[in-house]
Amino acid sequence: MPKHTFKLNGETVTVDVEDDVRVLWVLRDILGVTGPKYGCGINVCKACTSHINGKAFNPCSVQVKDLKETDEVTTIEGLPDTVGKELHPMQQAWLDRDVAQCGYCQPGQIMAAVALVKKVKAEGRAITNADLDSIRNVCRCGTYSRIREAIKQGSTKM
Amino acid sequence: MTTDQHRTPTDGVEFEDEQEAVDAAPGGLGRRHFVGYVVAGSTLAVAADLTTGAMPADAATPAAGSGTPIPSAPQIAEAYDLEDLQTQAALPTSQLITIEVDKDGVAHFALPRMEVGQGITTSTAMIIAEELDLPLSKVQVSLAPARPELLFNQLTGGSNTTVSTYTPVRVAAALAKKRLLDAAAILLGGQVALLKSKEGIISLPGGGSVTYGEAAAKAASPSTEKVDVTLKKPSEHKVIGTPRNRVDALDAVTGKKQFSMDLAVKDALPTMICRPPTVNGKPKSIKNRAAVLAMPGVTHVATLPTGVAVRARTFGQCIDAVRALQVVWNRGTVEGMDDEAVLKQLRAAQLPLAVPKVPILAKTVEASFEFMFRSGAALEPNCAVADYKDGKITVWAGLKSPLVAQANIADALGIPQTNVTVNVITGGGSFGHKLFSDGAIEAARAAKAFGKPVKLMWHRCDEPRQGRSHPMSTSRIRATVLGNSILTFEQRHTGVSTDFRHGLGERLTNLAADLPTGLGNLGFSESIFLLTQELGYNMGVVTQLLTETKNQEQFPTSSVRNIYSPDVRTASELMMGKLAEALKMDPVEFRLRFLKEERTKAVLRKVAEVANWGKTMPKGTAQGVAIHKEYKGATATIVELDCRPETVNRKIRDAVTGPRVMRATIVVDAGLVINPRGLEAQMMGGVSDGIAQALTSSSHLRNGSFLEGSWDNFFYTRQWNAPLDFQCVVMKSDSEQPGGAGEAGVASSMAATAAAYWKATGTMPTRFPILHDQTPDAFEVKPFSPPIPESPTDGLQYTY
Repeated sequence: MPKHTFKLNGETVTVDVEDDVRVLWVLRDILGVTGPKYGCGINVCKACTSHINGKAFNPCSVQVKDLKETDEVTTIEGLPDTVGKELHPMQQAWLDRDVAQCGYCQPGQIMAAVALVKKVKAEGRAITNADLDSIRNVCRCGTYSRIREAIKQGSTKM
Repeated sequence: MTTDQHRTPTDGVEFEDEQEAVDAAPGGLGRRHFVGYVVAGSTLAVAADLTTGAMPADAATPAAGSGTPIPSAPQIAEAYDLEDLQTQAALPTSQLITIEVDKDGVAHFALPRMEVGQGITTSTAMIIAEELDLPLSKVQVSLAPARPELLFNQLTGGSNTTVSTYTPVRVAAALAKKRLLDAAAILLGGQVALLKSKEGIISLPGGGSVTYGEAAAKAASPSTEKVDVTLKKPSEHKVIGTPRNRVDALDAVTGKKQFSMDLAVKDALPTMICRPPTVNGKPKSIKNRAAVLAMPGVTHVATLPTGVAVRARTFGQCIDAVRALQVVWNRGTVEGMDDEAVLKQLRAAQLPLAVPKVPILAKTVEASFEFMFRSGAALEPNCAVADYKDGKITVWAGLKSPLVAQANIADALGIPQTNVTVNVITGGGSFGHKLFSDGAIEAARAAKAFGKPVKLMWHRCDEPRQGRSHPMSTSRIRATVLGNSILTFEQRHTGVSTDFRHGLGERLTNLAADLPTGLGNLGFSESIFLLTQELGYNMGVVTQLLTETKNQEQFPTSSVRNIYSPDVRTASELMMGKLAEALKMDPVEFRLRFLKEERTKAVLRKVAEVANWGKTMPKGTAQGVAIHKEYKGATATIVELDCRPETVNRKIRDAVTGPRVMRATIVVDAGLVINPRGLEAQMMGGVSDGIAQALTSSSHLRNGSFLEGSWDNFFYTRQWNAPLDFQCVVMKSDSEQPGGAGEAGVASSMAATAAAYWKATGTMPTRFPILHDQTPDAFEVKPFSPPIPESPTDGLQYTY
């Protein structure tokens, strides 16, 4: 079986698995990293949102063979380490606003929020309602308003 | 003083003294003195009967009308509702729930209900923290596995958890504190009356202190004893009623919170099912079994009643195998049918509107509405882990009715129920979906067929196509108006039958002989309908009746959050709009004039004030208002809806934009509130559901199959549909009775959005969701064979 090597949450990992297995299943079924959730498997619900080299991506839609050895994959489990703290400011904002209901979509929501805020900041501007409207992550509990508040709060600390 | 042990539903509650009798709320909620048990063990374990304090409310007296409204006789739900039924259903059981305090001073409680996001582990921990004087962080609430001895007392539904567990949980916690104080008195050498307990520490002024952990071992009892216990007065509450964050929030935001598919059960490999192309089709034969077994990662293939199961190293390989399977299918249960055919069946089944004789000058106002199928799926799809060995099985799944799951799994495998262990895992949402154990039964069958543990999960595409839906329904209403009065209000709701075979029906069967008002003679659905629907207005002769087409096996249906109420209330509130027009009255003024109950009027007045009702709005935008009364409480919602072309026609990839609720204000009176922050969260979710059901989310039946296959087809509320401004006001209540929260926000939100659409566009909507006929244009239908789509490979093109 082919071997695939990439960086996951700061550590180099190597897995023995067929080329075409999507990264979500490599993370969940082989490496036991369960923060990224399955909600559709076709890059629609965004529950698996994680980061690749600091940008948001959906591992349900990437084959493991397309990861390079130098690619750094960050899941919700590795997010605090990216800022060298126990919690990323976006996670803290999530706690302050008591955003989560069932919590199933929240790892993906937070990873999407962090990437969105970084992108907006790189453009040298503050987050707008139009930016928030562009978030595609489904929250079936419907806690959208608290997600919006938390992102605005989190963005001030990033 | 009597105990609760032998109380029957018809007994009154006896009080220790007259003052308490005066203070007490109906149904014994004002009682403070109960009996609990200290259970034999090596650390402190205390218990209460789960039915303690669970008495249905007394029959309400009809509110007096004022002025022109003609008082309506009370509807059944006013006197005795679904909350009372569920609470009463528990009475014949006499089983204990236990709180343990360990050596570290942590209180442990296994809640016989399911957490699905509604926040009951948090609110229950708060109730325990309150009576035990413990910090919230020292209370651990887990979910109890299926406990057959609880009989019907382990169903999570009808927003009933806190209503039915509030008193027994307090009794157990108060008893634990009493025993800890007794033990501390011995350890500290002082009188109990002098001791102070705070934050898990008991101190004797001037005489040292002990922790709960130190006292717990001493408080343990070698034998089980019955002990009298007194609860705190509401005026002493420091935790109950204060806003608290969820106890599982940190786990949720760090990815540590475990759902069924996150559990590490040895050898439980991913398993998925190849499902039929049409609703409820059944597998006949597999044409390429050997070829699929030879695919990478695949370990097992087996035919189940609902499809063909494949087990593989990863779910990705299961998806590939499901797509490769060539299965011959038997016909489904709705072959060739579409939405219009179902509507035709419903129209044929509608009961006639039989308005009593009214004066000849009375004017008739009529309206008719249609509500389409809606998938009830949560974001976490149906799933379960199952491990079968030597005639015994252990299952882990999110199950709101674990006892029924246990029985169904035993039936499916042909083993005794005692050989089935069902562990209840927190769910990634439910909305009624997890009342049934479809995934758990399949997992059990697959585990037995394979002889190996499985982690079975539905593909997203399976959910709207083969999963349970909110049934399609119609609602016809006729009212008669004479002068300034409404003489009659007749509502006939007709639907595809709702499947209640998850246990609620069994409760009704069980209780049929005892039920007041002759409910025992009705079918389950009709009973649930009558137990939940309460118009709430004085409109002379009021009847609201349900007819369901008897096709329970035809469509997979279930209760979906708030069951009948979103549809029934949207229809009746739009009718209120027509009646207000007929009387030339403002919609809020009209409702305040005709509403029966002060609590409902109060939430309406409040929402009108906070949302600035009647303010000037730009053309193409409007406010809409609606009320709802259920779950021992009331809500009122006002939304501001933007129907201007620049909003409706916003272009977002693979999305339906449509009219947008720019601002939503909801006011709720939920009686005694445990956690206002949690209640507000449930209202926010209810508003999101109401918006979706009014505007965008539905399933389309075409040629025997539902078209929708994912969240880019089934248009639940997304960020671009969410209100830019959301406000929830929780009314202060003197009630000592907690009301329901989980479902309470849906109906008035859906109705208010519909009303706002009518006002903004000038056209009263009659088919829901309003965009039902347009949404199929917004997506390309995914193929039905193979039944699930290929996983994309272009994810790296969409990074940001």
